[in-house]
Order: sequence, then C-alpha cells, then structure tokens
Amino acid sequence: MYKKLTFFCAALSCILLGGCGSQSGENGVVIVYNWGEYVDPDTLDMFEEETGIKVIYDEFETNETMFPKIEAGAAAYDVVCPSDYMIHKMIENDLLMELDYSKIPNAKANIGAWYWEQSQAFDQGNRYSVPYCWGTVGILYNKTMVDEPITSWAQLWDETYKDEILMQDSVRDAFMVAEKTLGYSMNTLNPDELQKAKEALIAQKPLVQAYVIDQVRDKMIGGEAAIGVIYSGEAIYTQYENPDLEYAIPEEGTNVWIDSWVILKDAPNKENAEKFIDFMCRADIALKNFEYITYSTPNDTARALIEDEEIRNSPIAFPDLTQYDNLESYVYLGEDGDTLYNELWKEVKSY
Amino acid sequence: MKFAKKIYVALIFLFLYAPIGTLIVLSFNASKTRSKWGGFTVKWYVSLFQDETILQALGMTLLIALLSALAATVIGTISCVAMNNMKRRTRAVLMGVTNIPMLNADIVTGISLMLLFISFGLRFGFGTILLSHITFNIPYVILCIMPKMKQFNPSVYEAALDLGASHITAFFKVMLPDLAPGILSGFLMAFTMSLDDFIITHFTKGAGIDTLSTKIYTEVKKGIKPEMYALSTIIFVTVLVLLFLVNAAPDKKQDAVL
Repeated sequence: MYKKLTFFCAALSCILLGGCGSQSGENGVVIVYNWGEYVDPDTLDMFEEETGIKVIYDEFETNETMFPKIEAGAAAYDVVCPSDYMIHKMIENDLLMELDYSKIPNAKANIGAWYWEQSQAFDQGNRYSVPYCWGTVGILYNKTMVDEPITSWAQLWDETYKDEILMQDSVRDAFMVAEKTLGYSMNTLNPDELQKAKEALIAQKPLVQAYVIDQVRDKMIGGEAAIGVIYSGEAIYTQYENPDLEYAIPEEGTNVWIDSWVILKDAPNKENAEKFIDFMCRADIALKNFEYITYSTPNDTARALIEDEEIRNSPIAFPDLTQYDNLESYVYLGEDGDTLYNELWKEVKSY
Repeated sequence: MKFAKKIYVALIFLFLYAPIGTLIVLSFNASKTRSKWGGFTVKWYVSLFQDETILQALGMTLLIALLSALAATVIGTISCVAMNNMKRRTRAVLMGVTNIPMLNADIVTGISLMLLFISFGLRFGFGTILLSHITFNIPYVILCIMPKMKQFNPSVYEAALDLGASHITAFFKVMLPDLAPGILSGFLMAFTMSLDDFIITHFTKGAGIDTLSTKIYTEVKKGIKPEMYALSTIIFVTVLVLLFLVNAAPDKKQDAVL
C-alpha cells in the first residue's frame, strides 16, 4: 500500500514539476528578469526570430523584491536589470558575472562614454553592467500655480507653497533632496550631516501635501499640487497630458539613476545572455524600446536615429549633463548604512 | 431612528463599493490618467482581449485556483475524517497546528516555502505555485468542514456498517452527503484564497509564469495599465451575476429538500 502510494506521489510530482516549461527554442533559452513594462514586447519576438533563442521573460516591481529571489537562487535567471545601488549590492554579494565585452560589441560601440563614466560609481571599471535606461530626479511644477520658475531644491522649503508640495515616499529619494539642499553628498554616512538632513525634512513636513510614489503623476496632471519631486521619465508623459507642467533639474545637483543589464554568476545560459544584452544594445532595438518606455536611453547611436528633433534634443530626456558637476548616483551603503537611513526616515515620518 | 438606520446602511455600501465604482468608471476613460476624463471609450476592453500576457495570467490564475482548491478539498476532507477519529487531546493539538499557517503572515509562509523548495531542488514554475497554494488552502478547508464533522452523528455511520456497508461505501453514502455543505464552502473558500494570493505566489513562482496579482504588481513602476481596470470590471460583473443566480436558486432547492 505504502509503496503504491509513494509511487503515485512520485509520478504525480513528475507530471506537475516536469510537465511544463520544457519548450525551448532551437538554440536554447535565455531567462530575463526585468522591471514591469520595461521592454517593447516586439523586440523580444524579433530576438527570438533572429537568434532562435527562446526568451522566458519575467518581471519584478522593486529592486528590493527582486534581490531576495536572486540571492536565494529560487529561479535560475540569466539576465537581470537592477538599478545602480542594487548592482553595487549584488557585486558585493558576489552574485554577478564579469562581462566579456568582445561578446557584446554593440555595448561599447553604441553607449555613450558619459554613462560608462557615471556607472563607475557603483560598478568600478564597468566590469559587470551595461546601461539600459537612465534618468534624473527633479522637480515638476505647474507654471500656472507658482510665482516664479522653480530652479532649486531650496524652494521646496518655501512657505508660500504650503500644502502644494509632493515628496517621494522613499528613504533615499527623500534624503537625497535634503542632503543636496544642504550641499552634502547623497551617499553620505556622516552622522552630523544625516542629523541635519533629518531635521530639514522634519522642518519641511508641515509644507508637504503628501509623500507619494507613483501618484505624483496623476496628482500633477490633475493640478492637485503645484510642485512635485519626480523621475524625468515620468515628466515627459505628464507634460504630454498637461502642457502647464515644467520639469527642472535643481541647481544644487541631483541623482542620476541608471538601470543596467547584468548577468548572474550562476546563470544557466551565459552565452545566450550575452547575445541578449548585445541585441538590446543594437541601435534600432534601443530606439524601439525608447519609444515604448519613454525613459532616456544611454544608447547614443539610437538617440541619433530619433526622428522628432524636439524629443532628440529634449532637455528633459537628454539634458546636457556636462554643465553639471554635482550629479551623483546612489551607491550601496552597506547593511549598517541602510539601517541608519531607515531609522532616520522613520523618525521623520512619525514626527 | 429608521432613517438613521437607512443612512448607516447606505454609508456601509458606499464605502464598500466606491472603490469598485471608481475602477469601473476609469475602465471607460479614454485618457490613461485617472485625473483627466478623456471621453467614453471601450478601447481598453478591446486591447485587453488582444493582450496575450494578461489573458495568459488570467488563465493561469483560474487554473491554479481550481486545481489547488480541488486538491486541498480532497486532502482536507480526508484529514477531517481522520482527525475526527482521534483522541480529543491529539485532535486539539492537530487543530492548533493546522490553524497556525492561517494566522502566520503570508510573507513568512511564502519565504519558508521558497526555501523549502530550494532545499529539495525543485524547479520553480507552475508546480511550485500549485503546491504552495494547496498548502495554504488546506487549513481553510479543514476549518470549514470540522464544524460539520462535529454535528455528524457517528451512530448513523455505525448503523451503516452494521447493515453490511464497507467503510468506503458508508463514507460515500452516509458521511459525505452530511458533510457536503461544509466541503462546498471549504472549496469556495480555498478557491477565493488562491485567487487572492499575491505574496506567496511571488516567492514561489518561476520565470515566465504569472498570475493576475503578480502581473498587476509588476506594473507598479510604470503605472497600472487601464486594461487591468477593464479586466477587473469584467471579473466584478461576472461575480455579481453569479451571486444573483446563486441567491435566486436556493428557494427551489430548499423546498425540494424540505
């Protein structure tokens, strides 16, 4: 009886676990883990057609939910697209494979030097990551609701805009605003500077209408607030919906974020992963993706192909970054650093 | 007083249904943003049925909910029969143990299942999602069947045995019909729980497989697509129609039973 039962269970689990997902392309598969809505689905079809490699595509919603899945090794992914500081953390946890750029010729050929330079902050020597999307964090304001153009973070502390200000509801973005206003680095771990930044955020709290994440888009379009901290990629879309909105990179400098392709150290399909990244760096593919996602592309060759001059030279999508010397990217602060920031943020939120 | 009562009920319904109402209105909004009315349209419904990934996720959700609820109901029913025959203390201990997963936070269950699957070397995908859904569904089924089990008169079962029925026949002919309402509500409960679940699925799913909840959640960064409003509207209306049908039917049935 028991033998029969064990046999039955074994057979059942074989059917359940082995039965699905075994289909693959003639040249194998590549398993991609990317942000939601972060690639034009057509480009995936094109990749499959041209290379005969089947793409198994999966999506995540935040860096923080992606990391534990990768770290635990739950699903064997090949290519992932995390953000700057998370790449740093994954490098420190020894999760990434060093890239062989001779297998990814399009990367070095098409992606602008500036982005490689900026990537150094979290990926010393550009050994692990290939930039895919980037943008700045800035201020979106409604021209009809403010008296003068907004040009600096300091104006977020202006009493006249009481209850008209939207702040980002995330630790690093909120602290970045305060730290940049005070002239510190946004990766600072200096306790005095952090205390001052915390006090500034607490002082600002009565003026803030709400701490929001993606609602900033809808609220700004609807004219529910005058000023909001927003990602540049979103700014283009909001302007399209409401022409009164204007985006500015504050003069104190800001965060330049970069989402980059990386290959995992224990990726089962390393060669296919390299082919996939190379394909994504091809100018025509990068252009298709830019048009779909509308986040700035670091692919200079693709940018040159954009037909609409207004977009190609848009100061929001492609600001002249050489005129700033105070742009930074987030780096991983270590576990102690993360805890410190989180505690201070809790104090701000509960004040 | 009567007036106050009516207002109270109206308020309850308002709070319950205002969010769903908003969603339904937005699903017909031609503009992508919630703060602007771009005119009436059904284009989101059209593009919903052309979007393969959403439809796949919907199919996957229903399949997993159905299979896991079925499996959990069978396992749960068998466990109830067994537990009913145990000594009172053992039964109390077992009941406590089965209740723990229900009180446990979903994220704890999700992560522990993920670690368990890893240590067994299972490949993450459809199978692991199904297994974990069955796992968290079983306690709900037991919770629904156990009270019916307690009401069941063991003498009837023994009488069946005395009259020559085998255990199996007695179970199917005598015990099962009595338990049926509990089993049905257990099944429906399990089905809903599985349909609902996000966090456990998130941790136990493999690459390239999505249920509706995980699919919707990945859209957070770039804003949820209006197609999802359309789909939610359709699901809501379907459930509403089903409920009306179910509530209209019992009158006849009850008469028949009585």
